[in-house]
Amino acid sequence: MKPLPEKFVRALKVPVFLLCLGPAFVLTWKGFHDGLGANPIDIITRTTGRWTLTFLLITLSVTPVRKLSGLTWLIRFRRMLGLFAFFYGSLHLMTYVWLDKFFNVHEMLHDIAKRRFITAGMTAWFLMLPLALTSTTGWIRRMGGKRWQKLHRLIYFSAAAGVVHFIWLVKADLRRPFTYGAILAALLAYRVIAWLILRARARRTMAGQQIARA
Amino acid sequence: MLIKKPGDIPSSEITPKQSYLTRRKFITGAAAAGAALAGGLYLREHLDTENTVHAQGQKLNGIVKSPLSTSETPTSFKDITNYNNYYEFSTDKYEPNGLSKNFRARPWTVAIDGMVKKPKKLDIDAIMKLAPLEERIYRHRCVEGWSMVIPWVGFPLSALIKAADPLPSAKFVALQTIVAPDQMPNQKRSGVLDWPYVEGLRMDEAMHPLAIMAVGLYDEVLPNVDGAPLRLVVPWKYGFKGIKAIVKISFTDSMPPTTWNKMAANEYGFYSNVNPQKDHPRWSQASERRIGEFRKRPTLMFNGYADQVASLYSGMDLQKNY
Repeated sequence: MKPLPEKFVRALKVPVFLLCLGPAFVLTWKGFHDGLGANPIDIITRTTGRWTLTFLLITLSVTPVRKLSGLTWLIRFRRMLGLFAFFYGSLHLMTYVWLDKFFNVHEMLHDIAKRRFITAGMTAWFLMLPLALTSTTGWIRRMGGKRWQKLHRLIYFSAAAGVVHFIWLVKADLRRPFTYGAILAALLAYRVIAWLILRARARRTMAGQQIARA
Repeated sequence: MLIKKPGDIPSSEITPKQSYLTRRKFITGAAAAGAALAGGLYLREHLDTENTVHAQGQKLNGIVKSPLSTSETPTSFKDITNYNNYYEFSTDKYEPNGLSKNFRARPWTVAIDGMVKKPKKLDIDAIMKLAPLEERIYRHRCVEGWSMVIPWVGFPLSALIKAADPLPSAKFVALQTIVAPDQMPNQKRSGVLDWPYVEGLRMDEAMHPLAIMAVGLYDEVLPNVDGAPLRLVVPWKYGFKGIKAIVKISFTDSMPPTTWNKMAANEYGFYSNVNPQKDHPRWSQASERRIGEFRKRPTLMFNGYADQVASLYSGMDLQKNY
């Protein structure tokens, strides 16, 4: 497939960026217009949490969609989408640290140690942190593509921890967390299958080369 | 500069005062006639079967104030009815209000059985006359960590138990919610909770003057979303003990099963007394967010009713009997 012209990709980044900001904008607008219901902090926590997971899954679907559809230019949006996952994850964490715990460090440490769903959530955020910090082109160059890519596989574990965090906090009716879990499983399964196919192909080529040599 | 003056409203457009007054009168008259007609039809349908009709939103009369009420400011009607766990309708707290609008809370009977002198069925209108209706403004603490102040209208559960006439050997009272999957969407699905919802109290808890059967809220007939027509309120326990839309009350001599305890026994005990020292495995119970307030406030032992109810549990290890 013909690659999209550079100018078009750049122009497309603006609306995509604004669209990604949409959930934060809606939340803020509702906040100023009495639209967050009886327990605003609960709504803010749940909304930012859900969008963190959603952006993690969107980010993880860039590669499969790109490979399967041939739309190679999609890769140009992956960093932005990943950073939005980190953005919503940080808002989610800030809601907990500020609005819920009011910077009570003692209580938070107690929570992290004792409540497994908080432990899982914190793990998910901390796994995203190095990815956000090394997301620049400069860092890719400094680390080298191979090492950078290896580090950025942490996103698999971050997304898994996020889904577990969601499953563990729900009281009953696990449909929503399981939906996220199923999509994540499919996205990771794609990678395993792609890797297996690649390995099989490499073996065949190697065997072919050996036959040719003999 | 030339500014065009807006033209005056032509006199032909102005409705003469007399004529619009008559128009209003006509509309009011028509509305009144319509209401009377509708009312008449309604009465014709209901008059011979019931002498009192309690529709949602209707004012309840003869409510007396209670010294057991708190003086704290009640949470708004809007928040009480729009932020509420009622899993039969939805697991989302914002949805049950809309989904329960057409729930049929009348006619309604409650079956009394188990260890009683004589099993019977009581009509809701008869139940509402068992004792004078009282306003009971209670703190309400949800196990999830939020709280409200709710002006219930109801009567002591003890009055209903006396009417049920249990045998002296009865040690527990078990209560059950209606099964109506055609009206309660989540009862059609598996994987939410075991239906019907069941709850229970030890007899001495049930006879405590603070334990009430609520039939109203804010001086009105209990809204469907809050468990119409009849729900339990036990203010020193977590909110989920307050079983809604009760159709059966049984008396037994063994501890009855309770829905959330069956779901996760390590998280929800039979007693489920509000206890800031006993954490829920997944979150602390030391503090709570009062709906409408920003900062959390400390949770009080037995939700602030320790003076009245602590003696019920003297000698019991509340870390074990949670």
